Order: sequence, then C-alpha cells, then structure tokens
Amino acid sequence: MDAKDILGLPKTPLAITQEKKTRPQRDSQRKPDGIAREVYALTGGLAPLMPSIDASELKRRPPSSEKITWQWLPFPRSALKDNLQLYHWVRVVNGVPPAGDYSFAKYNKSVEVIRYTDEEYEKYLSDPAWTKEETDRLFDLCEQFDLRFIIIADRLLTLRTVEELKDRYYSVSRAILSSRASSSGEVAGHPLVKEPYNVSQETERKRALSMVLSQTRHQERKDAEVLAEAKRITESRMAARVAEEPNLPVTLDICPESTERDIVLGDTISPPNVQVPSAAVASSTTMMADNTSTLASLRMLWVHLRTYALEQMVQAASSSAGLRTIKRVEQALQDLGVDLKPKVPTKAVCAEHLELRKEILTLLNLQKQLQYKEAEGSSFHDSSYVDMPVTPKDRTFVPDTISFGGDRLGKREQKRKGPGRASETPSSPAHKRPRKLKASDL
Amino acid sequence: MPHTAIEAQAEDGGSASKPQRIIKLGKTSDDIDKKSTNRRVKDVEICVPIVYGTIAFYLGRKASESQSHKWTVYVRGATNEDLGAVIKHVVFQLHPSFNNPTRIVESPPFELSECGWGEFEIGISLFFHSDVCDKQLDLYHHLKLYPEDESGPQSTKKPVVVESYNEIVFPDPSECFFARVQNHPAVLVPRLPAGFSLPAPVPLENMNENGRGDTKDHPLSQWFMNFSEADELLKLAAARQQVQAHIVKLRRQLSAIDGMPQPLKPASSYECT
Repeated sequence: MDAKDILGLPKTPLAITQEKKTRPQRDSQRKPDGIAREVYALTGGLAPLMPSIDASELKRRPPSSEKITWQWLPFPRSALKDNLQLYHWVRVVNGVPPAGDYSFAKYNKSVEVIRYTDEEYEKYLSDPAWTKEETDRLFDLCEQFDLRFIIIADRLLTLRTVEELKDRYYSVSRAILSSRASSSGEVAGHPLVKEPYNVSQETERKRALSMVLSQTRHQERKDAEVLAEAKRITESRMAARVAEEPNLPVTLDICPESTERDIVLGDTISPPNVQVPSAAVASSTTMMADNTSTLASLRMLWVHLRTYALEQMVQAASSSAGLRTIKRVEQALQDLGVDLKPKVPTKAVCAEHLELRKEILTLLNLQKQLQYKEAEGSSFHDSSYVDMPVTPKDRTFVPDTISFGGDRLGKREQKRKGPGRASETPSSPAHKRPRKLKASDL
Repeated sequence: MPHTAIEAQAEDGGSASKPQRIIKLGKTSDDIDKKSTNRRVKDVEICVPIVYGTIAFYLGRKASESQSHKWTVYVRGATNEDLGAVIKHVVFQLHPSFNNPTRIVESPPFELSECGWGEFEIGISLFFHSDVCDKQLDLYHHLKLYPEDESGPQSTKKPVVVESYNEIVFPDPSECFFARVQNHPAVLVPRLPAGFSLPAPVPLENMNENGRGDTKDHPLSQWFMNFSEADELLKLAAARQQVQAHIVKLRRQLSAIDGMPQPLKPASSYECT
C-alpha cells in the first residue's frame, strides 16, 4: 500500500469501487494473523475462501528437541546398475541420516519385454519379411527404449514404418505368449492376446488423424457448415413431422379426409430427401432444404395467403443469419428502393423478391469473407517484416464498393473518406490493424 | 341433394348465431359428397388474386359527432371479377361499439357499408365453398378515415382509400374445385400436363341469385387502385442486377486475394502455427 502511494499508483480496485463504506471493513481486515500485511495484499486484500494452509502452521518452529543439520551425502541408486555415485543435501536429524532407498527409485518402472530363445524363434516366429537379426535388434531396442517405437524406428537402420515395427513386435510377443502358455485359456486375458495389433487399421487411423490435423481453417469451417446443415435438415424434417399433428384437429371433417391426408403427408415428407452435399454446394442445398420444408408446411395449410408464404420463405432463407444480418438485408432492400413487403405480391413478384433477398445475403457473406481475408492478410504482415508488394487498391476495405445510389450516396461518401484514405496509404506493418465493422458500413 | 341445404341457409336473415349453423349443416352435406371431392390435384396450386380494403367519405354538412364518415369495407377480385365461385360468404368483424359487430355477407359483392367516427381494425374472414376449402382465411384491415395530410378541411368528394393486394393460394386443390373454376376469370389456374382428366364441372346452384357478383361497374369502382405487377417486377429486376454486379466484383476481389502468393514465413518466435 505504501509503495503504491509513493509511486502514485491507484489503489487496488476494491478500494476504488467501494469507497467509504468498506473502509472500516478493510481496516479490520488489515491485520490478518500469520502473514505480513503486504503479503496479504498480494492476494488482492481478500482472504481465500478455503484456507489453503493453516496460518498457525507457518509460525511453527520445528520441535527444538531435535538437532537438525544438513549434510552433503551420497545416495543409493538402486534403480541403476552402474557404479555412478551421486550426492545431494540430506536433512539429518540428530546425526542420523534417513534410511531406506532413494525415495524416487520406485518410479523407475520399465516395460517387460518378453525375450525369446533361438529355438522358439525357429519354431514359431520366422517371418518372410523379417530376418532373425532384425528381430533381435528390434527387441533389444524395445527393451532399451521402453517400447518407444518412434525412437526405435529412428534407430533401426532399415526403413520400416512405425506400424510395421509395432506389428512385428506385437505378433512375436503374442506368439511367444501363446506358445509358452500351457493352455490358451491362461493367456486369453492377457492384453496382448486379447487385442491384437491391426496394421491396416492403425495406418488408416493415423492417416485420417494427420488429415484432420492438417486441415486448413477454410476446410474446417466448411466441414462445420456441412455438419450444421445436416443437423438443420434433420431437425426441420422432425419439425415438419411434429407440425402435422396440430394441423389435423383443426379441420372439421375427420374420417374420410384423414386417410387421404396421410397419403398427401407421405408424399410430401419423402421427397425432401436432400443428400448431405459436398462443401462446394453447401449453401444452395441449405436453401433447397429450407424451401422444401417450408413448402411442405405450407401445403399442410389447405389455404394461405401469398404474403404469408413469402414471409415463411424469407424466414427460412434467413434462418442461418443473425438479427444483425437480417437488419442489414432490409437496409439494403430499402437502399435499392424495394419495399420490404411487395405491394403486388403475385407469384412472380414473390419469387423475384425472395431471390433478391438471397442474393443480398450472398453479397453480405462475401463482404464478410473479404474482410476476414483482409484481416488475415494484414495480421500476417504484422508478424513478418517482409514488405509486401501489394498495391493500395487491393487493400481498400469493402464499404467502398457498396453504394446503391440515391440520396444516401453523398452522405456515405463523406463518411467514408476518413477510413478510405487511411487504407490508401502505402502499407506498412504498423497500420495493418483490421478495422472494426461500423454501423455505417454495409 | 347436398346443395339444397346450402340454399336453405342462404335465405335466413343475418344474425350472430348464424355461423355455427352454417358450419354444422355444411358438415353433413360434406359428408355425403365427400367421396367425389376427395381426390386432389397434386403439385398444383390455384391462386385467387384479391384486393381488400376500405373507402371512407367525409360526410361534410351531414356529419354528426358520432357519425362523421361513411365508409365501405370490401373484398373484391383483383380484376373486379366475381369471387362468388370461390368464396361462400364473408364475415366482417367490426368494433364492439357497433350494433351486431359480426356482419355476414352471403353473396358477392362482398362488402359492407357503415357510418362512424373512429378508426379501428376490421377482421375479415373468408369462408369458402365446401369443395374449395374447409378452413376459413382471416385478413385484417385498418380502417382509415382521415387523410395523410391534414392540411385543409376534408372534402366530401375525395374519399380516403386504402387497399391491399393479396393472393389466396390453394395448394393441392380438389379436382371438383379445379374443374369448376378452370375457365373462371377471377381465378388463376395453371395449365395441367396433357392427358390429365378431370370430372365434369358441377356448377354451384346458388350462383348469382342476387344479380351480378362482379365489381366492374361498382359505384365505387372509380376509386379502386390499380395494382400492376409489371412495375414491381421491373424494380426487382433492376435491384437484382445491381446486387449481382456487386457480387461479381467482390468475387473477383476475393479470388485476387486468394491468389496472392503467401509471404515467406520467417522462423520467428512471433508466429505460432
């Protein structure tokens, strides 16, 4: 506290936010027992919820009956078989050094590698792809390196993949185990016998793993998109199925029409069999899936207004977009001079309106992509000091491109002059911070 | 005969309890000829373009505190054709301050005139013939009495007109309905694929009892608004062109950035891959 006062730094946040009321509280807290005041302040001036250590323990001194000295003594290393003698400080109580083995020796575990005899080799273990010398060497290395196959693969001078080594080792061990066991039941529980090593499966698994690991961010995003759409398609199908039930009791006639209705339902639900698409056509099939499910639900209604149908389609099309995006679409429509709800909603007009909205959505997505790319590119430049030969016009931000004419043009240009100019200066690492999207941008 | 039941109802006077009776009788008659209207034409939709709205006249010298305007609410075909082939009757739900706020109009032209002073939302429920649809369709329209610009005194000659265009869509219509309205001027019926056979159309028996149902020579027809889809289509086409041009530009920009050679990655500690 005093140091902070000297330096003129502000007090801890606790003091700033709760001023006079908590000061008497803090005064009583200022003298915790056991630890110094400044040390206590390091915790933020608050006591921990659970006492981590008993404060009284800290002041405790060792019982003075014992005499403690520290001596530099050798310690036994039973774990190692060589004659290396190492020393360390030992806490000696009353002249008696601690007995027993080195306390960490128990952690020196090693793998139990089964070694075979030559006879066993000839009887069970010969393999066309492996010579005896190689197998012997393999087993030596396995023992030395505790089955760390990656290292073993490096050590063995033959060019064998890790999977091949593993395969050889495990099959040999299994063969030896089963041959040495008097009955097969004995070793059936042994992990080596129970779960044999499958080379092809392992190779495939590792290949798939490396593919996933090396996926670019772009691919990752596409995969996520595809999965999300698949989920949405199944959900919309479920919803369509659920939505049928409430519609049934609404109509007046029951029996004869219901059978016919079932047939109609069957027809409408099975056609929207949208297959999970490849990433390239992901967006178009979302639209299709949404449309077919909306159409199905509209057909359930027996009669509806064209405007209602349009609303449903618009909702379905913008289901993936957030509220902000929807507002931007509407803003764009207004700028283009198009009514949000068409005045003459004929079939053709509604179809055109829907298409226009979808195109605006595409446009907005492209803008966002462009901004991401610019941000990525610019953050790249921050970290590397290579001067990129990029012409300024490529780096202009997207807002410059969108101006839908009309009265707003004048105002827009003026607003944009500031940021536009900044991007026109020749690139230098310091300026390449991605600009936050403002409301004036579209 | 099922249709005589409908006729009998048409002769009753208007009263608030009527709707339930109609529905019940309608149900029994429907049960009888259910089989014939059961089959539906799949993947086809019949569309009835309508215009609904209000026209309100200021009464001028004849206006009183409680009755300052005379207004008419109506539902008409967009081309002023007779809607009676599709709509059986219309129920207008007025503000509760009116006598008998539930007004039923049995035959075309489906309109209602009243006098009043206040603006409110009118509920318009369309009930269709039995072979058309069993469910009613509800519309809402806000009655506007006072003009936008409150500059001068209201004129008794120029009314306040508010109309909305919409289209009633019947997906998967029944064959009977389809056959009946195939060539009706008020109804938009798509062309069927060749070889499609429909039963012979059975006309409704209570058609046009009260004279013409169309609104072509309606006294208020001079105020009817014109709804042209051509204008909308032009506007939309122009807008789409603009958007498409922008999209092309952006795509070009994006591919330019993608095609840019990546800078050499220095083995600096700043980068974490």
